[in-house]
Amino acid sequence: MRRFLLIAVPYAWLLVLFLVPFLIVLKISLSDAALARPPYTPHFEWAEGVWAFFSQLDFENFVFLTSDSLYWKAYLGSLQIALISTVFTLLIGYPIAYGMARAPEEWRPTLMMLVILPFWTSFLIRVYAWMGILSKEGFLNQFLLWSGIINEPLVILNTNTAVYIGIVYTYLPFMILPVYAALDRMDGSLIEAAEDLGCSRLTAFWLVTIPLSRNGIVAGCFLVFIPAMGEFVIPSLLGGSRTLMIGKVLWEEFFSNRDWPVASAVAVVLLLILIVPIMLFQRNQQKQAEAEQ
Amino acid sequence: MRLSWFNVVSLTFGFVFLYLPMIILVIYSFNKSKLVTVWAGFSTKWYGELLQNEAFLNAAWVTLKVAVISSTFATILGTMAAYVLVRSGRFFGRTLFSGMIYAPLVMPEVITGLSLLLLFIGIGMDRGVMTVVLAHTTFSMCYVSVVVSSRLFTFDQSLEEAALDLGCSPAQAFRLVTLPIIAPAVISGWLLAFTLSLDDLVIATFTTGPSATTLPIKIYSAVRLGVSPEINALSTLMIAVVTIGVILASLVSKRNVANKRREELAAVRAE
Amino acid sequence: MAANEFAPWEDPQAKPLIRFRNVTKRFGEFTAIDNITLDIYAQEFFALLGPSGCGKTTMMRMLAGFENLTEGVIELDGVDVGNVAPNKRAVNMMFQSYALFPHLTVWENIAFGLRRAKMPAADLTNRVEEMLKLTRLERFSSRKPHQISGGQRQRVALARSLAKAPKLLLLDEPLGALDKKLRQETQFELMDIQEKTGTTFVIVTHDQEEAMTVASRVAVMDEGNLMQVATPDRIYENPNSVYVADFIGDVNLIKGTAKSIGEGQYQINWMESLPPLNAKSSLPLSDGQSCHLAIRPEKVAINAEKPEGAVNAVQGKVLDIAYLGNLSTYYVQLADGTIIKAQTANTRRISRRSFTWEDPVWLSWTATAGVLLES
Repeated sequence: MRRFLLIAVPYAWLLVLFLVPFLIVLKISLSDAALARPPYTPHFEWAEGVWAFFSQLDFENFVFLTSDSLYWKAYLGSLQIALISTVFTLLIGYPIAYGMARAPEEWRPTLMMLVILPFWTSFLIRVYAWMGILSKEGFLNQFLLWSGIINEPLVILNTNTAVYIGIVYTYLPFMILPVYAALDRMDGSLIEAAEDLGCSRLTAFWLVTIPLSRNGIVAGCFLVFIPAMGEFVIPSLLGGSRTLMIGKVLWEEFFSNRDWPVASAVAVVLLLILIVPIMLFQRNQQKQAEAEQ
Repeated sequence: MRLSWFNVVSLTFGFVFLYLPMIILVIYSFNKSKLVTVWAGFSTKWYGELLQNEAFLNAAWVTLKVAVISSTFATILGTMAAYVLVRSGRFFGRTLFSGMIYAPLVMPEVITGLSLLLLFIGIGMDRGVMTVVLAHTTFSMCYVSVVVSSRLFTFDQSLEEAALDLGCSPAQAFRLVTLPIIAPAVISGWLLAFTLSLDDLVIATFTTGPSATTLPIKIYSAVRLGVSPEINALSTLMIAVVTIGVILASLVSKRNVANKRREELAAVRAE
Repeated sequence: MAANEFAPWEDPQAKPLIRFRNVTKRFGEFTAIDNITLDIYAQEFFALLGPSGCGKTTMMRMLAGFENLTEGVIELDGVDVGNVAPNKRAVNMMFQSYALFPHLTVWENIAFGLRRAKMPAADLTNRVEEMLKLTRLERFSSRKPHQISGGQRQRVALARSLAKAPKLLLLDEPLGALDKKLRQETQFELMDIQEKTGTTFVIVTHDQEEAMTVASRVAVMDEGNLMQVATPDRIYENPNSVYVADFIGDVNLIKGTAKSIGEGQYQINWMESLPPLNAKSSLPLSDGQSCHLAIRPEKVAINAEKPEGAVNAVQGKVLDIAYLGNLSTYYVQLADGTIIKAQTANTRRISRRSFTWEDPVWLSWTATAGVLLES
């Protein structure tokens, strides 16, 4: 009886507040938009039976998504921005993780804390901090003008560049931590063995260190890529009107256009796109857990 | 191990990149000028104005309320879920259950927010503090259960068996033995849930009503129009609280670990 | 045999404390315990001995109530305990990892079970003090488990499991985590405590020396079966199977065929070129039945000349010598390549070794030195 309650309570909670809402989204995405509130016609009457239920559903909203270039451009834009920022995050995060793993033992907990600290700091505030730096009269432009590198202030805020910077900055700890964990586990004598066997430092790094930290790299990339795909706050604060990301489109579809069926369809498609990397991520984690046993 | 110049440079640049934006933010919160980009001398007047701003104070109060309630529920539910995942063996629908625990961790917030809102509308629930609490509890319980279950995996199960063997009922064994031992993980789970709730903008925006504006929603609507010195001051306060909290926590845990190691060494030597 | 010697298993009137009756335990397809019937008597120090995976731990966990039986009955004091939860059994267990509660002091660990039984405060204090005294832990009562040494932790675990005065105490590899020297000291301490408290102990171990030292009876297990249940000396001197003979101590196993030459007298033909070996046995073997002769190395004498009147004597040359300090073991190779071990005690401090590598030697033993076993 106790065991039943222990399982049933969190199970029921998640069913009602995670799975059911999800099914509602799926259902609404297959309904017609209506002008009345709530702005969709509920396509379900138990009395009509299951067949009627299925026959009334249609893919109109999904067809609509393909007909309007806004949507597929937004999906592609998200994909492009997420991919490029993932690469940059890796390029910046890897050397930091590497430096941490090679730092003296007694420094490492402190360095670790310094990486984790931003996690606990508000995401919104960290994005906001860049608004003050990247704006036309911002800190960066002031510095560059003062140092004489440029004569005209650069326009960075409200461009895609700002979005890249924002994503790399906020998601950097997600990259550093798994890579550092992988490098930290690595036996230092492996590099010495490689050098002993005739590798130069660089080839030893390429042939030994990189492959051995592969799991960390893969985990880090997914941890950046997946949330970056659906990102809303960063494109909305740092991006411009020409920054097309699907999270922002969904938001506007919902709050500005009040078109719930289309917003739901956008969400369903986004999830379908993300299912592949999510599955790959889970498999990577599972393989790693098995390897550790 | 000796640090090569490459490592020193990458660490320095990395941490400057991570911290400089926040440091600039903190410095400019003490700027006298209304123009946030021009330094006009030191002043704490924006902090004073912040404390006069009823709207912000109200939002802060709502946020705190939501965070405390939702993280407490999330900790209870998440710990139960972790226990089920690690200890309950097989039961009907286990795969679905673990899927529902891990999925919210990678689910885009816009989707979670949208789907919960549609649920609340569907069942005709008035949106406000209550709905935000429900939403936050749901996604942060998953984080809690991940933190707690990783602790439970390394937990020596014979401790629970010993408790049963010495006459505990299963519930007593959990309360008297398991819970005190996994308490640090449960507490960090609570803290994680708490900060996730404090921080959340997207899900709160979807699920809240006009009666309950949280601080992130308030900040977001203020900063969309640009940088403001009041927000700088507010951000500085929040950064300060978090920094002090994290540093204190890590000092305490460092001291505990060091003490424990010293005592273990002493015990071995005394033999 | 003295009448007052403790041997309830030889008394048909004695009532066992624990009865396993046709107990079988399966984990899915795997049979961990295969139809075992076994009686354990009150105040016994009973050892379950076997290699890892033989089912000894499963036996213990079934007694404690952590595993359900697939078939059969376990009785404790005449009562079927099959469906009794672990916390309702008058059985306590000392865990291999000790399972000391890290958040409680030594005192609180020992008091833990008594508190669950709602013992009045004054009695509880007395009982805990008594246990601390018994295990010589008085000085450490306010320490936490991580503040004491491994040997002390072992004693806390023992005190905690004994505190409730269980009818039966189960010990899962209780000395496994201690180093060799401490282990030997602790063995005697365990026996002492067992005697003082009069509790029935069932110990699980893979260490035969430990089982032989502490136990009143030993059960040798293999692959879910009881191979032999007997006192340590009988297990050693009268193993009932090749498996037991080989598992316990060092042994020479000689394969041959039996031929009866009178009441309990056999000749064993083991090699065409050599005369048959003589052995006495109560085992009824038919002529030509294949059998094993098991001889302990210390029962094989080694000489330079053929000893006169020896019933069994074979010639070989010294292949290897293992010097163990107190003993030396000679590995003697016979003409056909068979190796027989002979052991001598090094009783003198400074004496030249009588034999060295390649020396031709004679090995001899009496007709009763070896045990005849059916193959």
